[in-house]
Amino acid sequence: MKEIKIFARAGQGAITTAAILGEALFYENKYSYAFPHFGAARMGAPMNAFLRFDEKPIRLRSKIYEPDYIIVIDPTLIESQNAFAGLTPDAKAVVAVRPETPVPQASGVEVHTLLAEKIATEIIGRPFANTVLLGAFAKITGAFTLDSVLKAVSKRFESKPAILQKNLDAVKKGYESV
Amino acid sequence: MFSVLAAIPKSSSRNRTGSWRSLVKPHYLQKECINCGLCKMICPEGCIEGTEKNQYSADLDYCKGCGLCADICPKKDIEMVSNQGTE
Amino acid sequence: MKQFLEGSWAFADAAKLCRPGVISAYPITPQTHIVEHLAQFVANGELNAQTINVESEHSAASVVLGSQACGVRSFTCTSSQGLMLMAEVVFNIAGMRMPILMICANRALSAPINIWNDQQDSVSLRDSGWIQMYAENNQEAVDLVIAGYKIGEKPRVMLPVMVCVDGFILTHGMEVVDMPTQEEVDQFLPPYNPPYKLDVEKPLSLGLLGGPDVYIETRYAIQKTMEDVLTILPEVGDEFKKKFGRESVRLIEEYRLDDAEVALVAMGSVCGTIKDVIDELRQKGQKVGLLKIVTYRPFPEAAVNKALAKVPYVGVVDKNISLGATGALYTEIKAACSHDKKISGFVMGLGGRDITKNSIESVFSQSKEKVNSCTFVDLHNDLLWEEFRV
Repeated sequence: MKEIKIFARAGQGAITTAAILGEALFYENKYSYAFPHFGAARMGAPMNAFLRFDEKPIRLRSKIYEPDYIIVIDPTLIESQNAFAGLTPDAKAVVAVRPETPVPQASGVEVHTLLAEKIATEIIGRPFANTVLLGAFAKITGAFTLDSVLKAVSKRFESKPAILQKNLDAVKKGYESV
Repeated sequence: MFSVLAAIPKSSSRNRTGSWRSLVKPHYLQKECINCGLCKMICPEGCIEGTEKNQYSADLDYCKGCGLCADICPKKDIEMVSNQGTE
Repeated sequence: MKQFLEGSWAFADAAKLCRPGVISAYPITPQTHIVEHLAQFVANGELNAQTINVESEHSAASVVLGSQACGVRSFTCTSSQGLMLMAEVVFNIAGMRMPILMICANRALSAPINIWNDQQDSVSLRDSGWIQMYAENNQEAVDLVIAGYKIGEKPRVMLPVMVCVDGFILTHGMEVVDMPTQEEVDQFLPPYNPPYKLDVEKPLSLGLLGGPDVYIETRYAIQKTMEDVLTILPEVGDEFKKKFGRESVRLIEEYRLDDAEVALVAMGSVCGTIKDVIDELRQKGQKVGLLKIVTYRPFPEAAVNKALAKVPYVGVVDKNISLGATGALYTEIKAACSHDKKISGFVMGLGGRDITKNSIESVFSQSKEKVNSCTFVDLHNDLLWEEFRV
């Protein structure tokens, strides 16, 4: 079983990210359990989304304290939310950074950074870093193929054709950027 | 298993609640009646019958003797009289 | 077909498959997504039902009571404070023998205000005459909704059914669910054909006055029917298994209980966490097991007694507390078992306090150490003071 913890602010698409991850894993015949945890349940408030996946159905319902992977959608949360805490020894982190963000360091953790908001702004027109990070996550972890994540994004945005292609492009760009 | 759950509407009319009446009952004089129907409308028991002048009466099987009919009658054609001897 | 779905979406889909004619619910976290999805199904024309917007949960329950009384299969769902506001009508629905199905997205009760999960809301209404079933995962919840209508609507039963799903953990949890097809559900669940209903052609008065001369018989009738449900529910469970291949619909589930020395008893999603801990402890040689209560009302006393007969130490996990007494499930397990059994009660997970594998491990070991009827688990003692402070 592998565990993923996503750091974001409410409104930045952490739940969508977890949903797409779960859908992509589903295409690869994996079982996953994705769930949010809200603090203040208001836009802008720090929140987490979690996902654990395995070859067999997931039964464990607790939050994730020792993730194998973290995805940081908002770099301002790294310090305030102690994002690198509890990571397993072989953990990998995919972190959206801004040009002014100091590159985060954590001993023993493989940290991959990319200017995801900048990429998203260029492709989608708005700084939604999540689909860019999904592409990067697929590349870095090999948890699922690029095709699966593209298929999952297509399903997620099937009712929003105006932004579908842009998000697919964002995933691909994220995949190429790490 | 079921117990009492439903009833046929109006089946409670088998309870002759006029027996709850005390002191007074309405007496329809049937002299000055103008067929306004106010007594019938105000009766909380719906126990007044009649469609024509001087033909209204209360069904004493259900009348509680409240006196509203006598009170509202514009012609004072209904009197409340002693209930004694009706049971 | 297997799909990766949010719980609320799956529950709404399951309700849709049962073809309710009237849906009335008032949105409340964490139940809101269920109502939203159902409203969307109706608006899209995917579901031929009337959604009736109301100003409160009390009205939502009253609406479905009325529609069900007219012979229409009805659905509602709520949570926490919403269920409390419904409470008056909840008792009426059972007393009037209306087999409405409600999903309760389990959430803590105020005060303090708390939107997160525990089971205090539905447990507080255990005495209302509703059949109550608790789902461990979203698949079970889907299955219990479909089977719930079938059980409640049996002419011998005619009782409402509450399917309880842990708020956020299940409602907002996304996982793989095998959704039955409309055809399969239609074959399993016949149209609602009640033995009594409001009908202008054959007028009937429902919701009568029942004085001292009849009232106690109406309660006795529900109590006897609840006893019958202990037989009927597993029968429907067998039918369900035959049709859909899953064992979700049952009174209890025994997990590695055969040779268990310590067993936990629990309801709802925490059972999944407990099963994972059991597998780990078993690998370390500890004989541990789980008795999962699926059907809490009617309470399957005989099945519980039998399942725990050979287990010397029992720990009961309650995500509720009958303040001034103990966890609600604890008292019932205690009453169902022989006196020589060592039974401890644990109150945990209230208001969304996370129940980790460590919490469960500690409960297993405490159950064997000494008997305590009401131990609060994972308390933060630094938040407890003898005198008022701000």
